[in-house]
Amino acid sequence: MTTRMNHLLGLEGVSREQIQTILDLGREFKAVGQRRIKKVPTLRGITVVLMFIEPSTRTRMSFEVAAKRLSADTLAFTASTSALSKGETLLDTTQNIMAMKPDVIVLRHAFSGAPQFLARNVDAAVVNAGDGQHEHPTQALLDMFTMQEKKGSLEGLEVAIVGDIRHSRVALSNLWGLTTMGAKVRVAGPRTMLPPHLDRFGAGVRVFDRIEPAIEGADVVMMLRIQKERMGKDLFPSDREYARFFGLDTAKLALAKPDAIVMHPGPMNRGVEITPEVADGGRSVILEQVENGVAVRMAVLYLLSAHLLEGA
Amino acid sequence: MPGRTLVEKRIIMDAATLDATLDRMVAGLAPLVADGKACLVGIQTGGAHLARRLQERFGVRGLPTPPLGVLDITLYRDDTFLGLQQPVVRHTDVPFEISGLDVILVDDVLYTGRTIRAALDALVDFGRPHLIRLAVLVDRGLREYPIQADVVGATISTVACETVQVELTEMGCATERVVIYERESR
Repeated sequence: MTTRMNHLLGLEGVSREQIQTILDLGREFKAVGQRRIKKVPTLRGITVVLMFIEPSTRTRMSFEVAAKRLSADTLAFTASTSALSKGETLLDTTQNIMAMKPDVIVLRHAFSGAPQFLARNVDAAVVNAGDGQHEHPTQALLDMFTMQEKKGSLEGLEVAIVGDIRHSRVALSNLWGLTTMGAKVRVAGPRTMLPPHLDRFGAGVRVFDRIEPAIEGADVVMMLRIQKERMGKDLFPSDREYARFFGLDTAKLALAKPDAIVMHPGPMNRGVEITPEVADGGRSVILEQVENGVAVRMAVLYLLSAHLLEGA
Repeated sequence: MPGRTLVEKRIIMDAATLDATLDRMVAGLAPLVADGKACLVGIQTGGAHLARRLQERFGVRGLPTPPLGVLDITLYRDDTFLGLQQPVVRHTDVPFEISGLDVILVDDVLYTGRTIRAALDALVDFGRPHLIRLAVLVDRGLREYPIQADVVGATISTVACETVQVELTEMGCATERVVIYERESR
């Protein structure tokens, strides 16, 4: 029996079997993207609305390419062009969009929980493309896909996630997904950037307030983007200080396993959380993450739409 | 399928007949393979196993060994969403350029023709073959699309409530045979 999904709102509560189904499907869809004709007719007649209420270029493009490679139709709805900037509520906007009978809504929103709200109120499959400081499930899925591709299995894999763990939806989705898949996660960052209650993830997660012990012997080093707008306010004094203590350079990377891979969800602050030598180096898989993102998002759109049209 | 059982009705081929049938198919395909411009593409999963066997037999006969690809047609089906379960997407691997080649498309059982229609769509997305020929082990009739095979192992007549299964050791079957089962509603 294969997996059924109604929505993808987060990786919290998503089973190991469901995650593995998405990752396995992603492999086949990655192959579609490597053919001369990078398109299959599977989702003809399916309409996907890309509702990006918070600015995003790469995630929106990734979803758009994923939908198009499956032959679905896409409608882009971005914050600057939308009536939301004229004061319309999210629900009113959505109900207007629903009149166009979309099958899937991909939502990026600055408020945590916005996709859950949408999923309760519309008759379409909802995909969370990042909500506030909550989750970004497809990013974590593409991260896990990349790790599995490079390392074979996620079980027992030592993964270090370094940066602003507290405010990062990428980190939270990865914590849920990786612990479900049996990986061991070390998170590291300045204490101002470490969240409370990490014990809910169980013994699979360890917390460090220095980068060195976190990346020592790691199979995967994932660097998070430092949001410069937070600098000097409450979290850290300067980007030079952050780069010195928590930035990944060649010397710090030498602490990880010799075959460790380096990941970053992008966009990067070169010279802050990661040096150009590491970002462009032989162990960096950052651009492969982008390619894998399309494959994983194809898998997610396929699984959601297949469920929608079942028995149609 | 829930609420339904398969009851064995009759055996069409035993291991020896299957072996002889494959040899006959190889003989039928030999002129196409002889000039070295052919390739084999088997449809997952039964057709892929049979294509692999045909490939071996060409070699044994001293003919050129055509390259082998496998094709999963799930993403090209016209009834993807009609089933009760979500369809499983299997591996597709055509590791050579098919443009200009004589493609021998291989499937185990030819029935409605819908699978072959989907496979033709999938194939042309890989390139522009010189020609495509269809080889099937069993043609069970009851076509819904205007598609015919060029090389057929055996032609039988069936009714829609029957299913024809090709059971090979590659699939984990102990005995090699081709069987007609009848679906019985419980």
